[in-house]
This record gives sequence, C-alpha cells and structure tokens, in this order.
Amino acid sequence: MATVLSMKEPKETKKIRWKDLGLSSAQLIDFYKRMLLIRRFEERAAQEYGKSKIGGFCHLYIGQEAVGVGAIEALREDDYIFSAYRDHGHALARGMDPKVIMAELFGKFTGCSKGMGGSMHMFDASKNFMGGYGIVGGHIPLAAGTAFGSKYLGKDSVTICFFGEAAANQGVFHETLNLAALWKLPVVFICENNRYGMGTAVERAHAVWDIYQKASAYDMKRGWFDGMDVIESYRAVKAAVDHARQSNEPTLLEARTYRFRGHSMSDPIHGHYRTKEEVEEQKKSDPVPRFGEELLHAGILTQKAVDDMEAEIKTIVNQAVEFADQSPEPPADFLRENVYS
Amino acid sequence: MNSKLLTYIEAISKGMWEEMERDPAVFLLGEDIGGFGGAFKATKGFLQHFGEDRVVDTVLAESAILGASVGAALAGMKPVAEMQFSDFVTCGFNQLVNNAATTHYRWNIPVPMVVRLPSGAGIHGGPFHSRNPEAWFFHQPGLKIVAPSTPYDAKGLIKAAIRDANPVLYFEHKRLYRHVKGEVPDDDYLVEIGKADVKRQGTDISVITYGSTVHQALEAAEILQQENGTSVEVLDLRSLVPLDKEAILASARKTGKVLIVHEDNLTGGIGAEVAALIAEFAFQNLDAPIKRLAAIDTPTPYSPTLEEFFLPSKEKVVNALKELARY
Repeated sequence: MATVLSMKEPKETKKIRWKDLGLSSAQLIDFYKRMLLIRRFEERAAQEYGKSKIGGFCHLYIGQEAVGVGAIEALREDDYIFSAYRDHGHALARGMDPKVIMAELFGKFTGCSKGMGGSMHMFDASKNFMGGYGIVGGHIPLAAGTAFGSKYLGKDSVTICFFGEAAANQGVFHETLNLAALWKLPVVFICENNRYGMGTAVERAHAVWDIYQKASAYDMKRGWFDGMDVIESYRAVKAAVDHARQSNEPTLLEARTYRFRGHSMSDPIHGHYRTKEEVEEQKKSDPVPRFGEELLHAGILTQKAVDDMEAEIKTIVNQAVEFADQSPEPPADFLRENVYS
Repeated sequence: MNSKLLTYIEAISKGMWEEMERDPAVFLLGEDIGGFGGAFKATKGFLQHFGEDRVVDTVLAESAILGASVGAALAGMKPVAEMQFSDFVTCGFNQLVNNAATTHYRWNIPVPMVVRLPSGAGIHGGPFHSRNPEAWFFHQPGLKIVAPSTPYDAKGLIKAAIRDANPVLYFEHKRLYRHVKGEVPDDDYLVEIGKADVKRQGTDISVITYGSTVHQALEAAEILQQENGTSVEVLDLRSLVPLDKEAILASARKTGKVLIVHEDNLTGGIGAEVAALIAEFAFQNLDAPIKRLAAIDTPTPYSPTLEEFFLPSKEKVVNALKELARY
C-alpha cells in the first residue's frame, strides 16, 4: 500500500499554482498528509467492515478527499462545519481524533457518539464540527441556523455545509438557499457532485446538470471547481468563506469529484451503474497521488518524506483500530441516559 | 401577588415577552409573526418592542424554519418557532424527529428550542387546519410535549419550555385562544414540565384529559355533581412527554373508574398510552373498564354540523361519565 510517486512531470505543475494563495510548504505538506490519512483510514475501515468489526452502513469518501481537505483547511477554528452521511473524511480533515472516529465505527463507548450513532454521526463540538447526518439533505437548514446564530451574536464565524448532488433535489435545499440569500447569512454550501446519487447518475436525476446554477434562482454567488484538486478546492472555498465573513453573503459551490468505491459497502465499485472503464479513467485523476507528485516535483516533498508519512499514518490507523477494538461496548444502562438533556 | 385576567393567548404572549426580556438568546421566528403579529396575533407588538433581529419573519418554508432553529440552538441561541397552524409541521417533520429529537442522544449537547403549534378543531377549519398532531411526536423519544388548557398553565409552560434544554413542542389550542380567560400572576413563575394538575378533586370517577377537553370535563363534572351527586376528579395532564405516570395512577387508584378524553382522534392517541399504563399498573384498583372518548377516526370535517358530531363535547363527556357511574 506504500505510495511510490512518479517523478514524471505532471501536467499541472508546469507552473506553481499556489503562489497567489500564500500557503507555506508546511501547509501544503499538511494538505497531502490529511488526504493520505483519510485514504488509509478508510481503506482500513473497509477491511474492518469485511471482518464485521464495523456493522450497518459505511460510506467511504475515497476519491473525494481533496474536496474536504481543501475546504476545511480554508476555515478558522471558530467556523462551523456540517457534513452529511459520507462524513469520516470531513471529520478527519477537521482534525478529529482518528481513535474516536474508529471507535464510533466499531460501535464502542469511546466513540464520538458513544456508539449510539455509527458511521453517519461523527461529531466534535470542540472543533465546531457539527456532525454527520443520515437523512439526505436534511441537515442543510441547520447550517443556516448556525450562520444565523453567528450573525445574531455578532461573531464573524462562517458555516460551511457539505452535501451530495442528490441532496440538491430535496425541497429543503431550496428552502435553505432562499433563506440564506434573503437573510444574507454567512454560509458556504458545498455540493460534492460525485456524479451518482447511490446508483442514479446526475444526468438521470437533475433537469439542470450544472448543480451550482441552482443558486441562480436565488441570485446567490455560485461556482464550481475541480474537486479532484486540493488546491482548487482550497482556492474556491477560501474565496467564498472570506466573502461570507466580510459581507455575510452565502455562496453555492459545486465540487466536481468522483468516488472510487461504491455508494456504501453493499454495492460493487463498478458493474451496476457505471463501467469499469469509467472508474479507471477517473482514477487517473486520483487527488492524493496527483497532489503528492506535484509537491514532489516542486521540491516540497521528497520520497523519503512520503515514506515516513506513510509509516506515521499506518501507526495512527493501527492505533485507532487497536483503540476501537479494545474499547468497551456501551453499557445497557447508558441507553436511556442521553435521550433528554 | 398581583395578577391579571388574561385570555389564553394573552398568557402565551406574556410568557414569551417575559422570557425575551430575561434572556437575549431567545428569539422568535415564523411566518408573518412580525409586522402581521402572527396569524392569531400571539406576537402582536413584539416586532415594535424587540426589533426585527429578534422577531424574525420567515419565508413560508417549515423545514427551513425548524432546521434553522435546530442550527441556531446548536450555536447557543434559544429559538421559539411558530408553526402558523400545527398541521403545517408536516412539512418540517424530519427536522423535528430526526435532527432535533436525536441530537442530545447522539452527541450529548442540548437543543434548547421551542416549537409553538396552534392546534385543534372547533373553528370550522376543515381537514388541513384543525389537526391535533401531538400523537405523531409522542412516539418520538427526545422531544418534550406540553399542551396547556388554562391561561395560568399557558404562561407557566411557555416559560418553562423556553428555559428547557430540550426541544419542546408547545401545543396551544386555537379555540381556547380567546374563549378561555383566567387569572395570571404577574410573577416570573414556571409550570414544571412533566407535572399533571388535578383541576377538580373527586372520589368516584377520574377524567384524565388535556388541552381543550379539560374544559368540557370540568363542566361535565359539575353537571354530574349537581344531577347525580357523583364526585368527578379531573386530571389535566398538561405535559404529554414526560407523562406524569404517578398522577395518572394515583387518580385511577383513588376513584377506580377512569374516563380518558382527548380531542385528537381515538386510535393510537395519547389516551391509548394512558389506558395501557392504568391497565398495566392499576388493574387491581379498577371497578370498571377504562373508557375513552375522543374524536372519531376520520379527518376533521369542515361542515360545522359534522364537526360537532366528530368532536368530543361536554354532552358526550356527561354521557360517558353517567355510563361509568352506572357500571
């Protein structure tokens, strides 16, 4: 599973693309490292699912790492993040402890929801990571709520809200965009268009295929970016977040991305609703090696550093699994404990 | 103690007003609650006093209103959302039963929000403006539900609901708004959520009820006292979640005969749970089968004649009580 990066010059690196963003080498390396952590963490989660250590539902973010990492790196600590059901990557990108995420996946008492939530319910109030939500699109208005709260309380926190393109067909998506535009709320909606709502292609689900254009109905700022490119993700989200912070105006961004795994653990990577060729073609744009090679070429990363990083992440993931495995089951008498405050 | 004679809706307004004065985190949101003052005028004058930052006219979008309320509560606010008619909460169902109700369970953080639901029939509102939809939410752990019957309870419960750290559904009966008056203390008092109230002491039969039918029960009890010398106790649940099981069982054990009355339709209603509790825990004390009186299991008819036939009434309560008295 070790990453060997190609020294062949990637097309994108003919010039250094991040000069205007004021990013340090350490930040750039951190982008890569967070993406790699998500990738390795979830590959391991899939293995643990296969061993029945993880049950129920488990939606992997593999392929989409550049969206979450680039977007979340563009935030301040006091900004709010809402995720949907494919939330492990966002949680890791925000710096949540891999141990408590894995423990939640294992349904253990040391998980972030004490085993009550599972894969779709990652959460960390201390990081303003306001959680994963398992009803498609159902969390979108909550983001308007925290943004309203920030504005009301005179804070300049911004809220970002991730959801998939299928969620943009829910009525509440439109209700919330209208509200956010009308009330001038500091919120950035990030639609991760991975091209399939479960097994339904975007072309079969949307009358308008450019999801970001749906904001035009609300006269809202909008745009799309290459979701397979962490720099473009950072650039687009940073601009939208800065704008929201300064002007209280919302933005709808569409990240054009792709998931390399099935919708959940129950469907094959290809065969049912997409071809092997399509998936292989998309994998040529894999955001993790793509960015790693770019950093290598720019002299910011060395193969030695990548090897060290792989070893470090392997340890982190191993420790997370070990922690989850050894953690206690939630006790039966806890079941009623947190129903009410 | 100073008090004023207030209508039920004035008492609700008074309670909200006091809580807004008390806590700047409290704000109101809903359709036409600002300049219009609310469809039933519960928030009349609030905009002028508290300003548009705290009295927020929303778009007509219940899911966004309720979802934004959950988010605002997560951000440290105390939203009080008005559903113009309780029937319209259907459009925001997911926000309540999935998002609001389970947040504390999943993450151990409070969601202090109140949803006001003007409910009930008897105003010729027809099928979509007359519902009593409390039973839908009664089944969802994580939500609290209150349903006051008097101005005193209305003020005390709205204040308690606003200060509660949980999502609270506040069912306010539209027909009571201006039909019921009562003395309401000027004091800053609360009615504890989860406590039923014996509105009339009695020894022969218990009527267990809440909301609009409390008044029918009280009138019927007086009639039975006058006509038959039957002593009827009226227990007003006030809170549906948590349900005051002790008070229910105490009254059932005391009288041995129970009539459960509610305006919501019969099947799967709150009364079914109350009856089950009594059957399970006070069976030995019963001298007659538990009796239920509720609206008929149909949508609410518009026709005033049929609506009267459809709903519980003082006369129906009297008849049911007489049957129980004879048993």
